Amino acid sequence: MRTAAATGVGILLTAVALALGASSASAAVVPAPVVAAATPAPEASTAAGTDQAQEPAGEAVLARVRTGEGEDVAGVDVTAVQDGDVAAEGTTDASGSVELAVPGPGAYDIELDVDSLPAAVEGLEPRQNPISTQVEPGQDRTVAFRLEEAGAASADEGRGSLAPVLQRIATGLRFGLVIALAAIGLSMIFGTTGLTNFAHSELITFGALSTYFAQAVVGLPFLLAAVVGVVASAAFGLANDRLLWQPLRRRGTGLIAMMIISIGLSLFLRYLYLYFFGGSPRTYEGYSGQAGVDVLGLGLVRLRPLDLVTMALSAVILVVVALALVRTRLGKATRAVADNPALAAASGIDVDRVIRTVWIVGTALAGLAGIFLGLQQGISYLMGFQILLLVFAAVTLGGLGTAFGAVLGALVVGLFIELSTLVIPNELQNLGALVILIVILLVRPQGILGRAQRVG
Amino acid sequence: MDWGSIFSNAAAAAVGLDTVIYALAALGLNIQFGYAGLLNFGQAAFVALGAYGVATMVAIAGLPFGVGVLVGLAAAVVFALLLGLPTLRLRADYLAIATIAAAEVVRLLARSNTLTDYTGGSNGLQGFAEGFYDLSPLSGGSYGFGPWTFSARATWVLLVGWVLVALVALFTWAVMRSPWGRVLKGIREDEDAVRSLGKNVYAYKLQALVLGGVIGALAGFIFALGRASVQPDNYGTAFTFFTYTVLLLGGAARVFGPIVGAAIFWAVLSLTDGVLRGAISAGAIPSALMSTSQVGQVRFMLVGLALMLLMIFRPQGIFGDRKELALDAR
Repeated sequence: MRTAAATGVGILLTAVALALGASSASAAVVPAPVVAAATPAPEASTAAGTDQAQEPAGEAVLARVRTGEGEDVAGVDVTAVQDGDVAAEGTTDASGSVELAVPGPGAYDIELDVDSLPAAVEGLEPRQNPISTQVEPGQDRTVAFRLEEAGAASADEGRGSLAPVLQRIATGLRFGLVIALAAIGLSMIFGTTGLTNFAHSELITFGALSTYFAQAVVGLPFLLAAVVGVVASAAFGLANDRLLWQPLRRRGTGLIAMMIISIGLSLFLRYLYLYFFGGSPRTYEGYSGQAGVDVLGLGLVRLRPLDLVTMALSAVILVVVALALVRTRLGKATRAVADNPALAAASGIDVDRVIRTVWIVGTALAGLAGIFLGLQQGISYLMGFQILLLVFAAVTLGGLGTAFGAVLGALVVGLFIELSTLVIPNELQNLGALVILIVILLVRPQGILGRAQRVG
Repeated sequence: MDWGSIFSNAAAAAVGLDTVIYALAALGLNIQFGYAGLLNFGQAAFVALGAYGVATMVAIAGLPFGVGVLVGLAAAVVFALLLGLPTLRLRADYLAIATIAAAEVVRLLARSNTLTDYTGGSNGLQGFAEGFYDLSPLSGGSYGFGPWTFSARATWVLLVGWVLVALVALFTWAVMRSPWGRVLKGIREDEDAVRSLGKNVYAYKLQALVLGGVIGALAGFIFALGRASVQPDNYGTAFTFFTYTVLLLGGAARVFGPIVGAAIFWAVLSLTDGVLRGAISAGAIPSALMSTSQVGQVRFMLVGLALMLLMIFRPQGIFGDRKELALDAR
């Protein structure tokens, strides 16, 4: 068994390397902007910290321009002003960033030239402009310009108190449906095998990245690329199970050990993606900067047509999965295994086949969630990991191991995140969801739909 | 390729600042995970609280350095109680999710614009470490020999750090052969059996969490003072995962496991870093295949791979005893 696991891991890793290796050619054609070098990814900084401290002086201010939706804005002129004199100037690149090499430490006002904003962001203006910053010797600074609708706050008041609530319900549903797609797989895999899979976030990212690869490198039309992405995700999930988790299960590896293994796999895959994909976010060609439309015709809710399509599609898929679970033989078998694997096996259900199906369907849905998420906020190697804890919150909220609970929990989390911004600052929205996760674990650890049982 | 400097860098890394930080963090985690079997995935938060305790008290409140240390320790105790009181009744996997979420809450709060006046937001805080360096009896020049030559400031931090590591290791050794330690190990092996002997399992778990958290805060002091700055994203989930790798590498539930694990971990990372960078600059690795900025990413992949392979083939680590570590609790 030991050797089986060894070859399993080996083959899995080779498969991943091969799958991604093909895209290294694209990385050479489109050199990834080295934004990461100036502002290391949050986690990279852990390791890079010592090196940074020893870097010679040569300070720079990194300015980022983004819309409230999180889309990077290119071609914006930004200047660094010190005591009324322009100290440095530049124009943002495709990732919305520009590095201003300032002459030395000191206080600077970073100013965005409003006239240079591209037509795509018409009607938006920076929330704060200029931004003052203090540059310390030997250290780079980052300032972020966030573009919002002109007088966003006052406009909300003008539309009455109902409009912002409805708008947030709409965006909350949009996000909740994506989380739901991702959560079903995580919950069902937990239910059938007991694995708390921290690498699920990388399955989400895999769907988005393989679709990007199929579109931007192979040149397929987006819809076909998305199908390729979902199929690739399913295959990747099957490979995950067959080559890694199934041998481990047969060996009788403990659940906690498997959880730690999944953390290692997650770390490995995430940085493998970064290695081949680069650190800067990208978007699917032809789907960025779509304008929002007034959905109800009352000026209350604005969504992009794209969002309406993805939301409808998510809802349909979720209903189909639910029906399949309730009506089909395999669906019933799945629920039986989730309920009690030993009893299910004793009554003649092929548990291995059920687990395989759960992996295939679960990872296909996770990949689809990644594609939808990529349409909403762009593609990056971190995208899955950024929502992983929210997916966990959804799964736990609904009840670990139950598919319906996961969907319900996801919608609650999505709505809660958006609606909470009515009260707390936007930047703290995910914090609310994490606090809710902890509170739920205290009050009702089995979740909304989970069966009351001892979990502690 | 300059093998001499690659090896001397690796030798320096084995006793360097990162090794001290991770050894302390892993010593704390060892009490929680190694001895008590608690899956604390929020160790980064304890380290952050120690670091921010010093940084905030000195840089923002203008209080002396000693007050910062006390506040950091107190914050770790309070956080351990806040986290432990409600969550320690949960099953292991739930505890993992709850602690990782709590740690992210701490990090998100530290980097939020709302609290910038107190925590420095995403830029963190600087200029608080002088009180610590003023205590140093060393001055000017450099100390040590061979590859282990450090500036006076670095030597002072490392000296204090290694003394802390030694004291904590001694403490761990002493406390784990006491009756208290045996109960803790009993809880890891079979919670119900210990409970049936009339022990308050919950209280023991809480004590272990507080103890490990306070040691984590010590790691935070060294982290903040050694770098002379705090930066919220240094205390992300990756810090906790690295700490687990360090602990599992050296061997959980062993006094010297975390220390040896940290030294090997950072020496190996420095070695691979040096070899890869050397190979790239010498042209042995074509630049189309790997650029110098990608070397740092390879490091994370190696850590992930190491964590997986360790857990699959040698969960007891280098020095651990397989029988000692019952990771298979279901």
